[in-house]
Amino acid sequence: MAAVPTKPRRRPKLAVWKFSSCDGCQLSLLDCEDELLAVAEAVEIAYFLEATRAEIAGPYDISLVEGSIGTAHDAARIQQIRKQSKVLITIGACATAGGIQALRNFRDVDGFIRAVYARPDYIDTLATSTAIQDHVKVDFELRGCPISKEQLLEVLNAFLNHRRPVVPPMSQCIECKMHGTVCVMVARGTPCLGPVTQAGCGNLCPAHDRGCYGCFGPKETPNVAALTKQFAALGRTDGDIANALRSFNANAEPFRAEAQRRETPPHRVPS
Amino acid sequence: MTITETAPSASRTIKVDALARVEGEGALTVRVKNGVIQDVKFRIFEPPRFFEALLVGRPLTDAPDITSRICGICPVAYITGSSQAMEDALGVDVGDGIRRLRRMMYCGEWIESHVLHAYLLHAPDFYGLEDSIQLARQAPGVVERALRLKKLGNRILEVIGGRAVHPVNTRVGGFYKSPDRAAVRGLIEPLKQAVEDSLATVRLFAGLEFPHFEPDYTFVAMHHGTDYPIERGRIVSNRGLDIAIADFEQHFDEEHVAHSNALHGVMKDGSGPYMVGPLARYALNHAQLSPLAREAAAGAGLGPVVRNPYKSIIVRAVEVLYACEEALKLAEDYQELAVPAIDLPFRAGTGTGCTEAPRGICWHRYGVDGAGRITAARIIPPTSQNQKQIEADLRAVVQDNLHLPDDKLKWRCEQTIRNYDPCISCATHFLTLTVERD
Repeated sequence: MAAVPTKPRRRPKLAVWKFSSCDGCQLSLLDCEDELLAVAEAVEIAYFLEATRAEIAGPYDISLVEGSIGTAHDAARIQQIRKQSKVLITIGACATAGGIQALRNFRDVDGFIRAVYARPDYIDTLATSTAIQDHVKVDFELRGCPISKEQLLEVLNAFLNHRRPVVPPMSQCIECKMHGTVCVMVARGTPCLGPVTQAGCGNLCPAHDRGCYGCFGPKETPNVAALTKQFAALGRTDGDIANALRSFNANAEPFRAEAQRRETPPHRVPS
Repeated sequence: MTITETAPSASRTIKVDALARVEGEGALTVRVKNGVIQDVKFRIFEPPRFFEALLVGRPLTDAPDITSRICGICPVAYITGSSQAMEDALGVDVGDGIRRLRRMMYCGEWIESHVLHAYLLHAPDFYGLEDSIQLARQAPGVVERALRLKKLGNRILEVIGGRAVHPVNTRVGGFYKSPDRAAVRGLIEPLKQAVEDSLATVRLFAGLEFPHFEPDYTFVAMHHGTDYPIERGRIVSNRGLDIAIADFEQHFDEEHVAHSNALHGVMKDGSGPYMVGPLARYALNHAQLSPLAREAAAGAGLGPVVRNPYKSIIVRAVEVLYACEEALKLAEDYQELAVPAIDLPFRAGTGTGCTEAPRGICWHRYGVDGAGRITAARIIPPTSQNQKQIEADLRAVVQDNLHLPDDKLKWRCEQTIRNYDPCISCATHFLTLTVERD
């Protein structure tokens, strides 16, 4: 039988982009110690500043985007990246919800300006820190502060093989049940965001005797108001509750809305 | 001798628009005219994230979790420094058991951060390679050893802190849960292997070729009578400074410059830039290293003081060896904590904390009120302290190497910056929000 000449398969081009962030999510890719070299064989790393000074021009098959949009320059840059990317995946709480730096979105901006820095004219910033999907179409969002490296490998694997990633949108609460971890809220009265937070961290905080602090952001269809009612029953003030919701995913809509409601209780008409 | 093709009178601009193999976003511009350097700017354009402003009004117990998000590479530096500062403000002493556990966790961070930097980010420069993937093709065993060591550093963080990036088990006053003794003992055998791997690392890097460059640095590091400094000590320099952590602001300040989103550390006595990090720690604490680490350093041709910044890669390897030995000792001695955290008696006050992050001292000060809320915050990370020194090095390196063609000179400049393992995300965390543009 005559040999059929085969063309060597072109490896998909992977780019990793960074916006306002701590670098922890792209570090999770470098932290895949057992799989890093396999990933580097499966894809062509075309742009990944933290790892290489080599740059290969776009378009890119997959772009991983870390960080939030906090400057006008970055708001323009993400548009260019979207144009060059067939698939755009955001990684981490900064990229999916604006990150911890989005706390500035809720602050009295006048107060900030009064506390002016030595040379404010040197600083270029927007008043807000926003998610990537507030600016461009996003094909998949990977949650977490930081992301889980197992989930990252799953998502890369899925997109490279043209299948849907197995990243369930269920709650952290379900992970506790699956691991047999005793509920810290029921057993000890410790406030826990597990019922409204998406699974994926691997059930970390309750297994370490603390309540979940929501670093994976809101799960699909969370009932945040019902949970915070329980926090109030455990003696937490509205201020405590707003604080608990305002951390790494503060600008994710379900957390943002409930924190705002708790911070400014609705005016009640006396009956 | 090769005659340089670049005419001495030509104007040259060396530009690196986006610096690779560092954490965060930075750029470099060097302008030369008639053989004289006009301008050197190491520009950090990572957007500011305003942590100090965001902390005010939050519960003081939030500080470790929030400040750890300044940096994904060295979160333990922020967790430990902010926890210490809060404990200082509240007058709490966590005791030796908690302190030793923090030290062991911090060894994990030194190992993962130093190995990441030295092998995967810095070593390719010495081989003229773009990255560690190219290195892995040429020397797979070397990269496999790097990944094995780095993975163990991360494993230490997971066993004690619950997660490698942004640990969850740490709190002001100690830990949420005492790490499982069996899990800690499970680190002992891999740590013994890691001591061997680190010795091989020191030998490997000792064989690299280093540019000749030995400035007379002002070194600043922590110092402790018995321990190599990680999580405790005073702040000392090679010019006679010896102060308590609480007195840092009387001797050090920060300048705001137009070209960077990071502040520049300076000494208040007007003596100019200073260096923090492995070279400073090593020079000021050589006697506190373990005998094996001292022996490995000597075997690598290092004296008790190293001034060549390119040799920081060997010093990092020596520190990895020390961190592996130290973690091994702490793991062997580990007993579960009966009380994983000290109760916090809230009171108004001010507290300071300082630790040796892998890239140098990371200093914190917070004010707190009687209700346990943060009233003021100031954090001075290592990379902003090193910025002026980085620019001074670049100036000297460019002046010494004007004969090199642009691409080679550019690469040498990048390598000079990478000597410092700059953590650019860290350096820009702090600016208070100023100009608004919508």
